[in-house]
Amino acid sequence: MSSALLQVKNLSARLGAAQLLFGIDFEAHAGEVVVLVGRNGAGKSTTLKAIMGLASEVSGTVMFSGQSIAGLEPHTIARLGLGYVPEERRIFTGLTVAENLEVGRIPSRSDTADAPRWSVDRVCELFPKLKEMLDRPGGQMSGGEQQMLTIARTLMGNPRAILLDEPSEGLAPIVVERIAESIQRLKRDGLCIVLSEQNTHFARAVADRAIVIERGCVTHAGGIELLEPTHP
Amino acid sequence: MTAFFVQTLNGLASASSLFLVAVGLSLIFGVTRIVNFAHGSFYMLGVYIAYTCATSLSGALGFWGGVLAAGLAVAVIGVLVEMLVLRRIYSSPELLQLIATFALVLIIKDAALAIWGPEDLLGPRAPGFTGAVEIFGRAFPTYDLLLIALGVAMLLVLTALMKKTRFGLLLRAATEDREMTDALGVNQKLLFTAVFALGSFLAGIGGALQLPREPATLAMDLGIIADVFVVVVIGGLGSLHGAFVAAIIISLVKAYCIGLGSQTLFGVEFEFSKLTLVAEFIVMALVLVFKPNGLFGKPIIHSQTSAAVELPLGKPSNIQLGALLAGILLLAAMPAVFDEYTSVLATDVLIFALFAASLGLIIGTAGLGSFGHAAYFGLGAYGAALATQAGFGFLSSLFLGAALALAAAMVFGWFCVRLSGTYMAMLTLAFAQIVWSIVFQWDAVTGGSNGLVGIWPPEALSDRDYFYWTTLTVCGVGVLVCWWVVYTPFGYALRAARDSTVKALAIGLSVKRLQWAGFALAGGLAGVAGAVYVFSKGSISPEVSAIPRSVDALVMVLLGGINTLLGPVVGAAVFTYLQDTLARSTDYWRAVLGAVILLLVMLFPRGIVGSIKQFAQRRRAA
Repeated sequence: MSSALLQVKNLSARLGAAQLLFGIDFEAHAGEVVVLVGRNGAGKSTTLKAIMGLASEVSGTVMFSGQSIAGLEPHTIARLGLGYVPEERRIFTGLTVAENLEVGRIPSRSDTADAPRWSVDRVCELFPKLKEMLDRPGGQMSGGEQQMLTIARTLMGNPRAILLDEPSEGLAPIVVERIAESIQRLKRDGLCIVLSEQNTHFARAVADRAIVIERGCVTHAGGIELLEPTHP
Repeated sequence: MTAFFVQTLNGLASASSLFLVAVGLSLIFGVTRIVNFAHGSFYMLGVYIAYTCATSLSGALGFWGGVLAAGLAVAVIGVLVEMLVLRRIYSSPELLQLIATFALVLIIKDAALAIWGPEDLLGPRAPGFTGAVEIFGRAFPTYDLLLIALGVAMLLVLTALMKKTRFGLLLRAATEDREMTDALGVNQKLLFTAVFALGSFLAGIGGALQLPREPATLAMDLGIIADVFVVVVIGGLGSLHGAFVAAIIISLVKAYCIGLGSQTLFGVEFEFSKLTLVAEFIVMALVLVFKPNGLFGKPIIHSQTSAAVELPLGKPSNIQLGALLAGILLLAAMPAVFDEYTSVLATDVLIFALFAASLGLIIGTAGLGSFGHAAYFGLGAYGAALATQAGFGFLSSLFLGAALALAAAMVFGWFCVRLSGTYMAMLTLAFAQIVWSIVFQWDAVTGGSNGLVGIWPPEALSDRDYFYWTTLTVCGVGVLVCWWVVYTPFGYALRAARDSTVKALAIGLSVKRLQWAGFALAGGLAGVAGAVYVFSKGSISPEVSAIPRSVDALVMVLLGGINTLLGPVVGAAVFTYLQDTLARSTDYWRAVLGAVILLLVMLFPRGIVGSIKQFAQRRRAA
């Protein structure tokens, strides 16, 4: 594989007096799923937020397709083709499914030549359930439906990489399986996916590589055999 | 019955302008989370600009062109304000933002004074709508019918804008969760500027359309902003239809009050036409108690970017206690170097130090935003004045004034602590406005707009220096109480509830009751300050409980620094001195004061004492 699509070097973040991240390093390539694993509060979500420009007091380098995106505003980063799917899903509850998708559409993305082109029809093909409920308010959806919508909404911006924060959290096993299938499909289409996950079963099902984060530091990095229960 | 219908039509006609102004504020708040005090000033500018257009260009073009021009000009002003001022304070604490927009009110008021002069300006009637039609045997102006139609038309246009356009969709999305909208690639800066342009445009149009109904005056800004707050809070912040329904409710309540005139109920005569302000605020208080987010509002999600964590206040060291004692002795010795004038000014400073320190107790220690602290200052003042007139002595009068303020703070506080954030700030403002309107309109007891005069301290204290020492004793003890409370178990509990309500509840603290007690205590202490104030001036007028006085107190607290004990006191001293000096040196002192406040908010958001502390901490760390 050639140079990485997303490169994170020495990423640190703090909140007031508390330091949350201590120099995180990792990279992710197109068509690859990298999973950040670790306990609650280890710094997985903060890492994703820091990359996306959503955390305060961040230092370090973040390169995305050869360009430094550290310190840029979230909307600028999104427009460069890096999508973000938050842990809490953050559906616009007063907006319908179709309207939620429309908010995610980025009409004037600068370079979309090599990026996939998403439309409402295409995301509904990926998540057929959404097609039946385009006019339903986001607040009246189940957790699984909301998780599909939040991924679909980010895809509408035609990203080349997405940051997925705990997509399996609080979902029924059958729904988790469906989400895993769609992630594999996105990967086959060439999308770069960085996800944070506590569910190692789910992580093993979708990931190519694993980064273990403990107390704000990367302690292990390697193939997904890291996630085998037998691994020391 | 016909009178009822005519009043209904009257109310509906007034509702249109109110709706336009309120919906502008509401849309702006929804997206930016800024409660723009200057929105009333935008409305006022709309009236003035329309006046200039209508009188310099005669006929239909002058009037209707003027309405449009007023909207556009105010939109440009709104955009400038957003880009030059508000952009720098979006991440500041709520109260700081309110103060900054209030500074804009001061600046715009003086700008209008400089351009259009102090006289009321009566505009022409609308060409084509000068007549009246007969409805139920009464003549009803056709212009009012037009206004009703325009209000409905604007509702439809705005609904279409919100529902059918991408801009409207993004506004709704950002109103729910602006950080997420940002992460989805929507430029928040552009969106904020755009919504400011739209909101200001609506305020300008709303003002311009009022021109044929009332003259342009410099008091219109704060006059409408209180109404607009009420409408927006009743309807629900950020809700378009809420603003429409609430504008109608409020306008009808006012119209019916005026229509009722003077009535006798249970043997007591009520001047309903004078109760309009009270009536609308009672409606608002009722709505908030039963629907804390307004009729159509949703709970406000505050953005999750965390503010810098403040270090907890340490116990005062012996050095600090020594400095405190030295400071008190120094203050006591001051009359030796005073002339008559500085003695009066120093007395004012002491009174406002207590007023600000009591507000600091609510804002800093309890973490509650009060925008109507002048209510308790005013009640203390009027209570003491009335007690003196009833023949009570000096100390009893002080006590009764403070007791009245305490009682009111207990009643109002019970409602206020049930809300949070912006809604609480607005409810406190509403209660203050009720107090103000009662004081202003109850001629028989409070002397109405003239106030009460001849309230002097006893002969023994009539000497300036003696009165200064009395003030130092009373207000000094009051300030010390404010400081001491912070270190009592009650103070620790209040601070715990401020820092984490959930954790405080989980360890068994009754957060609401604690906050209620804190609110009441602060109100009572503000009452003490007010009671001393009335004796220092010898007279009292309704301004003591008006909005600007509440804002003065906030500015003092913020100027000094919220999370410091000394801050409010230093802030009071600097503010009182500044206001006095400015008022004597220029006619446009409001604008200068506003500019100073703006600079302070933008450059020293932690206040004077806060900035010094921060500087000292950095030096120690380095």
